[in-house]
This record gives sequence, C-alpha cells and structure tokens, in this order.
Amino acid sequence: MLTTTSTSTAPALVPQEQVTAEITEAHAATPPGAAQPRIDFPPYRSSVLRHPTKDLRHADPEGIELVAPVFGHSDVDPVEADLTIQHGGDPIGERMVVTGRVLDGDGRPVRHQLVEIWQANAGGRYIHKRDQHPAAIDPNFTGVGRCLTDADGNYRFTTIKPGPYPWRNHHNAWRPAHIHFSLFGTEFTQRLVTQMYFPGDPLFALDPIYQSITEQSARDRLVATYDHDVTTHEWATGYRWDIVLTGTHATPLEATFDDQDGEDHR
Amino acid sequence: MTATLEPTPGQTVGPFFHYALPYDGGAHLVPPGTPGAVRLHGTVYDGAGVPVPDALLEIRQADAAGATPRVEGSLARDGRFTGWGRAATDAGGRYAFTTVAPGGVRGGAAFFAVTVFARGLLDRLFTRAYLPGESDAFLAGLAPEDAATLQVVRDEAGDLRFDVHLQGERETVFLAYPRHRA
Repeated sequence: MLTTTSTSTAPALVPQEQVTAEITEAHAATPPGAAQPRIDFPPYRSSVLRHPTKDLRHADPEGIELVAPVFGHSDVDPVEADLTIQHGGDPIGERMVVTGRVLDGDGRPVRHQLVEIWQANAGGRYIHKRDQHPAAIDPNFTGVGRCLTDADGNYRFTTIKPGPYPWRNHHNAWRPAHIHFSLFGTEFTQRLVTQMYFPGDPLFALDPIYQSITEQSARDRLVATYDHDVTTHEWATGYRWDIVLTGTHATPLEATFDDQDGEDHR
Repeated sequence: MTATLEPTPGQTVGPFFHYALPYDGGAHLVPPGTPGAVRLHGTVYDGAGVPVPDALLEIRQADAAGATPRVEGSLARDGRFTGWGRAATDAGGRYAFTTVAPGGVRGGAAFFAVTVFARGLLDRLFTRAYLPGESDAFLAGLAPEDAATLQVVRDEAGDLRFDVHLQGERETVFLAYPRHRA
C-alpha cells in the first residue's frame, strides 16, 4: 500500500513539494494585482477553517471608526524601543537597528502612533510556552518592543536579528526570519498587523504565509532594505522598512493644515 | 500632489503574540466594579464550530454619552477612559472586556467597532457589535440572518454577549471600508 499505515490520529505532514505545488496553483488561480494576502490560502493549513467565506461588506466608517485610539508618552517608555537592554546582559546574535517611516495611503506621515513588535531570538525561539522548537532560549532577550512614531512618522528599534524556525505546517516547514509589526493609523480603519522580512531569504519561495500575498510586488513591500547609513560603526547593522497604511477619509485640505501647523493633534 | 501609495500587506498575528500584545488591564476599559460597567464577552469560533484559543480582539467605542474619547493612556490607563481595549481569547476561545455600553455618536446607532486577529487568519478583520435594539442603514441593508451576526445579545447575567464566527453557517459579517484594497 502506498497510503500511510500510521496508527496515529494526527495526519502525516505533507512534504514541502506538495505545499509548493499548492502555492503555485493558488497563485495561478488569483488575478494579478492583489494588494493583500489571500485569506483563503490552503497551503497555510491553519487558514482553512479560519477565513470568512463571504465577501467583506462595504461600510462607510462612522463616528468611532474615524478616530484611532491615542497613545502617548504616558503609555510607552522610550527604553521599550531597545530590545537589547531589557535584561541583565547582552542578548546573543546580530545586533541591528530597524527603522523607517509609517505613512498613510496619501503619503502623509502617521505621527505619534504606537508601533509594537515581537519576534523570535537569534536561534529562532520565542519566549512562549507553546513554542516547543528545541532551540535555546536567550535569558537576555524577550523579543517585545514598543515605540511611538515621531512628528515625521519615523519609528526606530534596536534589536537582534531573529532566526528562522520550524513550524509544522507541513514536513520540514521553516518560516523565513521575520519581525511581527502592529500599527495604528489616525483612524480605527487603518489598523494593521503584518510581518517584516529580510532581503534575500532563501525560505521565501517555500513559505505559505509570505506567499499568501500572491503578487510579487506586494510581497516585496514586506522586505526590509539593508541600509549602510543606518548601520553603525562597531555596534549594529541597519535595516530600513517603510510601512504604508490605507488612506484616511480626511480630505487633503485637512492634511495640508495638519502639515503646516507642525504639531500633533493628540 | 502625492500619488496614492501602495499599502503594506497584512500578515497573520501568528501563534506567539501572547507575550507581546496583551497587557495587564488591556481588557478593562473601566475598572471592574465601576458603576454602570458591563462585561462584553463572547467566543471566537472557526468553521468547524471549534473555539479559537489564539485569537485577539480589539474594540474602539464611544463613552456612554456617545462622545468619542481622544485621550492617551490606553496602555497605562490611570483611570482614564480612552475607548479602546484589547483582549486575547483563552483556551476555550473566550474573550471578555469590562467597559461601559457606548452611546451612539452624533445620533448614529450605538456599536462597538471590533477588530479580530488570529493565528490562521492572514489579515485582520473589522466588524461591528451593535447594542441590543440599535440599527442603522448599514445593518438594515443586510439580510436578517447576516444582521443577526452583528447584534449583541444581553445575556441572563445582564452582560453583553458577542460571538465571532470566522466561518460557518453563522459566519460573522466582516467589513471593508472605502480606500481598503483587497
């Protein structure tokens, strides 16, 4: 018999080749130009029962949806932007700075808004009770950071380059190294959670989560750029990654006034 | 004029957000025991009707009088009502907020704006949780069975119950706003 004879209740994990073929098939079946991931993406097994099957309903944002929550200096301590100083010693791995601008779809800076990140350590291990990957936990690295964008929409973190890690979506499944980002715009409708990747990762083609974005140019927007001007002498490598949220419903005229008076409207 | 920029695509919140996004007091928009406080709670289900233990909900709401809060302090509330909260689901797929029932903003229907994140969900989802008896043109434009998925139920304990079905027969209606690009 060619079928599995395993008596385990857990189904055997399919090989990478099969998942890669499923990715190719899903891409071929998706019209070009998609800006967002396909939420029904069977190569990502966990998505199968967790995506809505009906079209999203178009709604005009009202009242509370047009205003984002406000975060300020009472919420976030500036030291939270440095993930390498949260414990008694230096974390293991490549120290790096990740910085960039957060903009809305009209190119306006998203000012004084909360940016949250979380990530695995250099060995690809999260400090999470459900992460059972047998890589070392780094006692000097939690992998959680926060900051506020400045008046020009810039964010900046100092951290450690995360490692890739296995995740059991299929046999020999490995996630490309990534940092999770959580972002707020000036409206509740701009909320975004995404992942930043590193240039040239050999795991890109194999990863169903990254490949759930079927358009190459859209996938490329998740990849940071190595920036030697961000790299600092004998201290840290530097990466730049800009983030674009959806457009707001504010008129361009209002934006002009915002830009001119310079200060935030918290 | 600046051309419209291409949006950064979303990605799943993944399974390991629990030590990063939830925080002490995140689900308490008002302190428990506050006069007039209600529990907004429910369960997140997948397409097989199984509770989702690694989901996260955020709500944005007006105060009881329908005023929109614009004050900082959602992470370190210090007694401030900021109209925003965050709650992860537990092992049984349940979430709960302690808050006040919102008023309608500028004469509109009273609802909680809700964002749903989960492992397995490749992009966040927006929805609305309308208070019992509230309606507006959007809700009225839905088929009754769809509208029912957006209606909060007052349960036997007097709390507000709002279940989220990511998929299935009772699939929640999820929203796209103008300027969102699929």
